[in-house]
Amino acid sequence: MGRLSGTYALIRKDVHSELRTRYALNALLMFVVTAVATILFALRSDQPTSSVLSGLYWVVVFFTAMSGLSRTFVSEEERGTTMTLQLVASPSTVYFAKLLFNTVLTFSMTIAVTILYMTVFSNAFVIKTFSIFAGTVVLGSLGFASASTIIAAIVAKANTRGTLYPVLSFPILIVLLMTVMNATTKSLDGEEFYSALPDFQILIGYFLAMTGGSYLLFEYVWKD
Amino acid sequence: MSALSLIATGVTKEFNRRTIFRDVSISLSRGESLAITGRNGSGKSTLVKVVAGLLSATRGKVEYAVDGIRLDVEDLRHHIGFVSPYLQLYDEFSGNENLELLSKIRSDVRIDAGRIQEVLETVGLWERRLDYVRTYSSGMKQRLKYAFAVLHRPSLLMLDEPTSNLDHDGIAMVKKIVDEQKKHGVLIVATNDAGEAGWCSANIELGKR
Amino acid sequence: MKFAKYGSITLITFVLFAGISIPLSPTPQNWLQFPVIPGLEEKARNILYHVPVAWTAVVAFLVSMYYGFRYLKTRDIDYDIKSVSAAGLGFLFCFLATITGALWAKFNWGSFWNWDPRETSIFVLLLIYGAYFALRSALETEEKRAALSAVYSMIAGITVPFFIFVMPRIMSGLHPGAKGDSEGAGPVVQMKMSPNMLVIFLLGLLGFTLLFIWLLNVRVRLARIEYERSTHHE
Repeated sequence: MGRLSGTYALIRKDVHSELRTRYALNALLMFVVTAVATILFALRSDQPTSSVLSGLYWVVVFFTAMSGLSRTFVSEEERGTTMTLQLVASPSTVYFAKLLFNTVLTFSMTIAVTILYMTVFSNAFVIKTFSIFAGTVVLGSLGFASASTIIAAIVAKANTRGTLYPVLSFPILIVLLMTVMNATTKSLDGEEFYSALPDFQILIGYFLAMTGGSYLLFEYVWKD
Repeated sequence: MSALSLIATGVTKEFNRRTIFRDVSISLSRGESLAITGRNGSGKSTLVKVVAGLLSATRGKVEYAVDGIRLDVEDLRHHIGFVSPYLQLYDEFSGNENLELLSKIRSDVRIDAGRIQEVLETVGLWERRLDYVRTYSSGMKQRLKYAFAVLHRPSLLMLDEPTSNLDHDGIAMVKKIVDEQKKHGVLIVATNDAGEAGWCSANIELGKR
Repeated sequence: MKFAKYGSITLITFVLFAGISIPLSPTPQNWLQFPVIPGLEEKARNILYHVPVAWTAVVAFLVSMYYGFRYLKTRDIDYDIKSVSAAGLGFLFCFLATITGALWAKFNWGSFWNWDPRETSIFVLLLIYGAYFALRSALETEEKRAALSAVYSMIAGITVPFFIFVMPRIMSGLHPGAKGDSEGAGPVVQMKMSPNMLVIFLLGLLGFTLLFIWLLNVRVRLARIEYERSTHHE
């Protein structure tokens, strides 16, 4: 019980801190808007195919994630509060708190991107099979957050944090990216739900494997 | 406070192939106190961090027991209080919020608003408790660190540079806390100052080989 | 170690020679003739080089991961030396595998790169190796460098099974064994190669593995000497 309440308290601390300073939220929102605007200008009046749109969707999510998800560890390191956390929380508490925080953040991002896409590409971005889309977004966010969190913990301990984060994350995320792009295309094309089942299997497997592995290895990253 | 005892055997710390200190052994139980002295750069802060479980030793081990039962490093956090120049608190929160939040994250039992008030008054920050820590002077931040360190009545109190940034009143506050700790728990002080080292009954000097 | 050194040189030379010189014939009569694989013909010879090199690149990664794991358990810097040496070799083999793969793709399917699952896999492995070394260069403390790169290689290792087994099943591609291929996993896994070709192939596999073992041994010995020297110059 102590573990759970400690985790919850740390998430609350991160949320409050975010609401107070509004660093990440503002930057991420602006990033999403800028990215989508750039894509809009690039495409102009061309009507992109469903696979192109699906790819672009996740590209925006990926880069937004790269600009935002490392903050949760990097800010502790930059402000010198890592030691403080090490004094009050066990490694697993810290890991799960940061993971859940990042999951919520990623999920909010996908919602924002979805709304923007439905507005801006109102003709082409039509979700014909909602069940596939919803499943992909939920499982995809979980997978994204899981991989990004452990990499964020690693990058926080290094010197050149900014550019290192995407470099380390991309190879790990490729499997996830290909799968969610595949499934999202199916949802735009209006395919049956069962056609996306193999994709969902991969996404669930990826999330479980990544979270399990990260949980076991986190202590080696977090403790000096 | 519970009866905590700690034993460090043959603790060595190396960093990037430089040996910071070698083969340090410590044994402390309730009522005992230890001063760690040595010149700048002799590894006092590093040794303190290793004993606090914040850094792992390259060789050797540190073991803790509470009331005779072995204590896992995982649970050490409930029994240890730590003050250090390297410690930072969250400056986007107020002093009061820092104590509440950190206590909840640590999942302390029996820490309520009354205890927080008691501790803030002891360190002399009650009036400024609602101000954001980023508005605190360095002396006030040091006082808040003491509040954080003693909030949960830790059996082991570790102080690295105990009186840095403190004025006359602040030093008196520290002395009170130190005396209290020596009666019921274990105290470790890392310092250059002979007076502060004198608070403790035993002494280890680093850097002399 | 002598065995690895001379064994690898002998085997690879033999395979190189045999692979290029043994002629093809539609109805192989004896051990000195390869059968014609429809669609591949002469280009099939590449199987003897490309696959072992790619295989060694993956083996090197697993070896590096293993030594990284041992470092985390024991904190013995020697394991980190072994891990990074294996990774360096793996990077090289991976690079070679990508090149030989691209060449084969050009001659077989018309273009150097097509993003089919196997091609993407070897490319991702290349990226992982690159990221591994980028991470190492961004960490100053020897202990942190060893620990964090070990963790990263293990995290990356978790995604490798997804690549090798899952992606080709899901996505159609050019390599044998992808979704649209009725032949199944292709000549290698199905053991559909004629016996003489299979023997030479396995010898090639063995040869490259021995090469890896030998080169790893040399690199580790060299790295250990450099480590000792830099410690004594303190």
